[in-house]
Amino acid sequence: MKVSFSVNGKDVSGDVEPRTLLVDFLRDELGLTGTHVGCDTSQCGACVVHVNGRSLKSCTLLAVQAQDSEVTTIEGLADGDKLHPMQAAFREEHGLQCGFCTPGMIMSAIDLLQNVPHPSETEIRDWLEGNICRCTGYHNIVKSIQTAAKG
Amino acid sequence: MYRFEYQAPDSLEAALGTLRENEEAKIVAGGMTLLPTMKLRLARPDLLIDLNRIGSLAGIEGNSNEVTIGALTRHADVAASDVVQNHIAGLAALADSIGDPQVRNRGTIGGSVANNDPAADYPAGLLGLSATVVTDRREISADDFFTDMFETALEIDEIITAVRFPVPRRAAYAKFPNPASRYAIVGVMVVDTGSEVRVAVTGAAPCVFRATEMEDILLKDFSADAILSVEVDGSEFNEDIHASAEYRAHLVNVMARRAVSAAS
Repeated sequence: MKVSFSVNGKDVSGDVEPRTLLVDFLRDELGLTGTHVGCDTSQCGACVVHVNGRSLKSCTLLAVQAQDSEVTTIEGLADGDKLHPMQAAFREEHGLQCGFCTPGMIMSAIDLLQNVPHPSETEIRDWLEGNICRCTGYHNIVKSIQTAAKG
Repeated sequence: MYRFEYQAPDSLEAALGTLRENEEAKIVAGGMTLLPTMKLRLARPDLLIDLNRIGSLAGIEGNSNEVTIGALTRHADVAASDVVQNHIAGLAALADSIGDPQVRNRGTIGGSVANNDPAADYPAGLLGLSATVVTDRREISADDFFTDMFETALEIDEIITAVRFPVPRRAAYAKFPNPASRYAIVGVMVVDTGSEVRVAVTGAAPCVFRATEMEDILLKDFSADAILSVEVDGSEFNEDIHASAEYRAHLVNVMARRAVSAAS
């Protein structure tokens, strides 16, 4: 069936099976491979994107459910060469190693700061319950978010 | 997932009509349970009827006597609601403990309640708070609603429209979550309604239940110490890789005491 919505400010459309997941549409149809498929069971958060301003797990959404929505992926954050402050903070604080969880971490963290502009360390760690990292032990991810929150 | 057809009606009547005509259809709200289930191929509806365009099904209203939450209201919105925080803070905290922020941004109270997962949080909240489930055709009390594992009193084509909660004197929820999924290994909702005490337990057994021995004790003495030595019978409790039945029985007491302390 036909589907149309906007991704990173651009209108997109496609003809998909209803069972096509949003994450697969973004990656396979649109070539936006920054959003990752990690666990496929809604736990790891590597697939997190924003839909109408709220962070959601794109592996647990159908592409057709995004009809008429505004979707933001990791690719939509930077302004040309200028990194989004959250991206810059992750680079500065070495908040990633292999990088697989990182787009999801960044999208999730941006939603956190929208809700709680100056979160405590506990609030950051609680918010990241939906994002799993195998490499870093979360320490520098938390520092990155604290740095980004300082503005 | 197996192939299916998809419709997104914009009225409850249209959704009900389609549901009646199609035995293999399922409604989807947040999809935070149904879609993972379909991805694992444990469910294969022929047709998904998406309720998310029916805006009238979402919303929260309340006063000092009762709070009504529309079936399509997201967990995050229940958690953040001034109305819920002011009148039933324990329910806002329960909603805030579900899953993770992304699941809470999408999952709905109607979906959670209709599914009756043995490890879900809302069934304990509804049973503890003596809530009423409002559907397209009737009202069902929480005491009658949750019948068995993944089973409810709903008819096959019945749609929940709202859940209504009387405002208690005090209430709190304490949960021991699975570290990865954050489902309740055991979760206990303790409620002092003013005339009775209700202790609703999720995660431990195949279906949410009331710990009546604790209720009787707490009615006379609402303190964590009063139930310190109460042992629940875990012989019918769930047993899996996360926790034995025996450990769950132990956790029921611990979580109940934490909930009582939080509510006091």
